[in-house]
Amino acid sequence: MPKIKFIDHTDKEREIDVPEGWSVMEGAVKNLVPGIDADCGGACACATCHVYVDPAWAEKLPPKTDMEETMLDFAQDVESNSRLSCQIKVTQELDGLVVRTPKNQH
Amino acid sequence: MSEHIVIIGAGQAGAQAIASLRGEGFEGSITMVGEEPFLPYQRPPLSKAYLQGKLERERLFLKPETFYTDAKAELILNVAAAAIDREKKQIMLVDGREIPYDKLLLATGTRVRPIVVPNAHLKEIHYLRSIADVDTLRAVFQPGKRLAIVGGGYIGLEVAAVAVKHGLDVTVFEAMDRLMQRAVSPQVSAFYEEAHRAAGVKIHFNTTVEKFEGGDHLEGVTAAGQTWPADIALVGIGVLPNEEIARDAGLAVSNGIVVDNCTRTDDPSIFAAGDCTWHPGREDVFLRLESVQNAIDQAKHAALAMVGKPTCYAEVPWFWSDQYDLKLQIAGLGRPGDRHVLRGDPAARKFAVFHLRDGKIAAVEAVNAASEYLVGRKFIAEGKMVDAEKLADLSIPMKTMA
Repeated sequence: MPKIKFIDHTDKEREIDVPEGWSVMEGAVKNLVPGIDADCGGACACATCHVYVDPAWAEKLPPKTDMEETMLDFAQDVESNSRLSCQIKVTQELDGLVVRTPKNQH
Repeated sequence: MSEHIVIIGAGQAGAQAIASLRGEGFEGSITMVGEEPFLPYQRPPLSKAYLQGKLERERLFLKPETFYTDAKAELILNVAAAAIDREKKQIMLVDGREIPYDKLLLATGTRVRPIVVPNAHLKEIHYLRSIADVDTLRAVFQPGKRLAIVGGGYIGLEVAAVAVKHGLDVTVFEAMDRLMQRAVSPQVSAFYEEAHRAAGVKIHFNTTVEKFEGGDHLEGVTAAGQTWPADIALVGIGVLPNEEIARDAGLAVSNGIVVDNCTRTDDPSIFAAGDCTWHPGREDVFLRLESVQNAIDQAKHAALAMVGKPTCYAEVPWFWSDQYDLKLQIAGLGRPGDRHVLRGDPAARKFAVFHLRDGKIAAVEAVNAASEYLVGRKFIAEGKMVDAEKLADLSIPMKTMA
């Protein structure tokens, strides 16, 4: 099962097994990673699952859809490596992915 | 002695209340009582990915079990609450148990509105509210089956979209003259009507179902004096608030449990949040909202009120619906008399309708148009004056208006 490393705003690291086909957001929520609200449950409707992807991984992720791009345009503290974690589907290729979670989503 | 908070209802609002209570530093004990046998779960995917079989059940749960153990919240599931004794400050469960409380949160949600016509008991007639409902429906959701959907609202249409893609023969019976009549403007209704018809869904308007036909099994649906054959029916004609437990305890109810804008009932120990509440909206007009947003935000405010930090609830309501490849996002609440401004071209499957009232945006309905939705929602919250001409002009990006 692919392992995803979450680093929270206090630099605490958590390495979590996330089943293929799940989203990175689901991996976080089911394992109580702090900093992700995911109010809409992954429908790309709320922009409360914003994360920062480790730059080394940015290229390897599937590209953002227009919807994700636009939702991110209006999120707080957006960086070039910002993504909505509900839109990143976990695959074997993403084994070892590193993402940082913000302090909170507002 | 430490305080004990009891939550009736194990849904979105109840789960959020536990998270928020602990987030606010509440150190007393928490008990949550739920009628269904499951941990609190997301309902929106039920009529979408879960019905399609694309989402396993465990992915519906809002939080893992460890969340509740870490939060030291005791869950009593698969047992309904029967009554509240406000004098003794305790609730009674249907199995006879009594649970004392210092503060009580009612997050009882809603139940489906039953259709009251002859033969409504036939087992091929389904509703969609719970995991159990969808598990039953999915078992008979087979290509070629004739599915009659009663009600052209969110539930009916989301199911129609999944069903027609799955090869069922789908007919929608709508009592009003357009789809999602309570929720969206006529332009958006017309767009969705076209999308559903193009996908192969048959739609009958101004058609109130009068009777289901059949003896042992469903054979058809009679509406407006005509009978259409059907193998399965899905009824999606709205929901009713679970307010009886409050009413029987002498609390005020009126199409929901009456609360103020801090989620307080007229009993200082009892609060309510989510779909079950009749509450003053941000415009101080009482209303009931059936949405994830309202459940989450009201539960946050209920937690604040219960720990002695009441704050006014004034969030902009928001909703979404997924049908086919169309994402409908709505913020605010439109009203008859609002001026409608169209931005974009429905034929491009990307557009928005703004509802203007007194020069401000009162609501926005956006189809595959996240910028319009997000900027609209922001402007509603800010009460910003807008120029209708500019809003309608696609050459002016939404972002530059913000």
